[in-house]
Amino acid sequence: MVTIYDAKPGLSRRELLKRGGIGALLVISGSAVISPEHAWGLETSALKPETMATLIQMARDIYPHDQVPDKYYAIAVKGHDEQAGKDAAYKATIEDGIADLDKKSGDGGYRGLGWEDQRVGVLKQIEATPFFQAIRGGLVVSLYNQKEVWPIFGYEGESYSKGGYIARGFNDIEWL
Amino acid sequence: MAASFDLNNDGVVVIIGSGAGGGTLGNELAQKGVDVVILEAGARHEYEDFINDEWGSFAQLAWTDKRTTSGDWRVAKDFPNLPAWIVKSVGGSTTHWAGASLRFQEHEFKTLSTYGKLEGANLLDWPITLAEMEPYYAKAEAKMGVTGTNDWPRLPGNNNFKVLKAGADKLGYKECHTGNMAINSVERDDRMSCQQTGFCFQGCKWGAKWSTLYTEIPKGEATGHLEVRPNAMAIKINHDASGKVTGVVYADKDGKLQEQKARIVAVAGNSIESPRLLLNSASGKFPDGLANSSGQVGKNYMRHTTGSVYAIFDKPVHMYRGTTMAGIIRDEARHDPSRGFVGGYEFETLSLGLPFMAAFLDPGAWGRSFTTALDHYDHMAGLWIVGEDMPRAENRITLHADEKDAHGMPIADVHFDDHPNDTAMRNHAYKQATALYAAVGATRTFPTPPYPSTHNLGTNRMSEKAADGVVNKHGQAHDIKNLFVSDGSQFTTGAAENPTLTIVSLAIRQADYIAAQMSAKTI
Repeated sequence: MVTIYDAKPGLSRRELLKRGGIGALLVISGSAVISPEHAWGLETSALKPETMATLIQMARDIYPHDQVPDKYYAIAVKGHDEQAGKDAAYKATIEDGIADLDKKSGDGGYRGLGWEDQRVGVLKQIEATPFFQAIRGGLVVSLYNQKEVWPIFGYEGESYSKGGYIARGFNDIEWL
Repeated sequence: MAASFDLNNDGVVVIIGSGAGGGTLGNELAQKGVDVVILEAGARHEYEDFINDEWGSFAQLAWTDKRTTSGDWRVAKDFPNLPAWIVKSVGGSTTHWAGASLRFQEHEFKTLSTYGKLEGANLLDWPITLAEMEPYYAKAEAKMGVTGTNDWPRLPGNNNFKVLKAGADKLGYKECHTGNMAINSVERDDRMSCQQTGFCFQGCKWGAKWSTLYTEIPKGEATGHLEVRPNAMAIKINHDASGKVTGVVYADKDGKLQEQKARIVAVAGNSIESPRLLLNSASGKFPDGLANSSGQVGKNYMRHTTGSVYAIFDKPVHMYRGTTMAGIIRDEARHDPSRGFVGGYEFETLSLGLPFMAAFLDPGAWGRSFTTALDHYDHMAGLWIVGEDMPRAENRITLHADEKDAHGMPIADVHFDDHPNDTAMRNHAYKQATALYAAVGATRTFPTPPYPSTHNLGTNRMSEKAADGVVNKHGQAHDIKNLFVSDGSQFTTGAAENPTLTIVSLAIRQADYIAAQMSAKTI
């Protein structure tokens, strides 16, 4: 049996990680967003952890790649927490943006919408806002510029140190 | 050994910019014993310093000083402060270029005569012909090691080229090969041959691709007649009461203003910075800027009619492996108005890494339509369209009314609207390229909008008559005989071909002219 725990005080991260088996869902604990299944957590310092969890979901809905684990979306949006720590106005933009997103999504909030299409429908309502543009504009660099995700897309990155591709398949196409 | 000239030495030729035009002119003059100071706005990074990483390299090399944009081009919306993807570093954009080295076609020097008057286009014949350029093209090809010339073999084709070639064959295109590239296909000029590394745009870490950084500049320095001064941002060109230019004011590495005296000044800062500098040098005698009695300085900005088409296949391609611009189709480069537009275009393979593909495939796009394209990144092939665009007086570089850079110099605004001919050509090219990839079995194609401009041309154009342009057939200002323009801004029209070979050829030709005029003491 799998039980989902969400934002229940008193459950330590250690406990959460120990329980495991929770699947792809993210869990909020104290000031952290935790993925018990995949044994990673992201501590927030300026933004609410719920906000970070919603940002991670929003990032996936903006650039959905089913083969890319949540961890990389979390890394891609964590800069917003750092920026919010330095800039109160920026923090307000993000928190207000997420609050608005939740409000537009109904009782269960944005993360409560079960289908991607439902969430995308809400995002479409806000895509012209500076909040959405800040998230999307940052994400196009912070997600795709992670060297760790490149192999998932079949991109091999730096090649000089390996002597280029002259002996490593620059002309190995066989199906033409 | 590299020379070092005193700021008060008024016998030197001062060249602004060290790229294809400035770097070549500097070496050519130095070889003739002429003393030269090159002022380069960027830092000096040698080729071992280059980075095989798109964003990392962009931060190292790109000209990212703020510019503004206006007009109907999509770049103004998607990249409002990055109209051009060019370089601020010693070697200029020859560090970043892909290496395609094509001669212009005969009719492309005579566009007004060939195409006739076109509404909304400021067409003009060049004051030079192909026949006059041919010996200089030959010298440039020999200097740069252009494949397919001088018995140098063409480069081997990579996977991206093989897909292009298969499609070209299916469509019946006749002239498809791996190009005329200034990339060593064999060791020559003390430089290695191409190792098919990819990352041509990020600076060739082998030095196999020609760049002034490690060819012209060290050769010029070895004569003892050339000094390259990096981190020297030109602000203003001074002149005397007679109207002759006398020196260049620049901000040095510490931001301190200096003036280098000069016998001759040659401007080679690329087609945004060159007119910006001339306009910013306005004075009581020249209230509209230097060399601007025609009013043409900054006007006729061209960027080539570009665009890309990427296609996804059901099997892997790995287009990023090997030379970035790995092959060409030339059949559409002809002038054939029956296609619905004047002039022509080339197809050249192109590849972006995953980070830049995400940024440029469809800027601003999100959601599954976009991300499923990237999901098949390793199954993608791609090409770039480069065609002749129409010069328009309204497409121009101006000084920003309010915004200034760190040195107090007004920043440049770049205005560009497509001419209907540009749009018709681009749409034709999208259709042809889509058919080409479909013929090889593409399951999905992407007509990708133009990137920030890499070919910036025409803003100080060459003309027979002083009233029509800024410089004469030698790149010499009509108004000021010891002031020259030595970059692509002197192009009268843009032709369908990548501009570097023509810029280098013009610089070699200009060096002969300047040296002869100096000997004759006319300048």
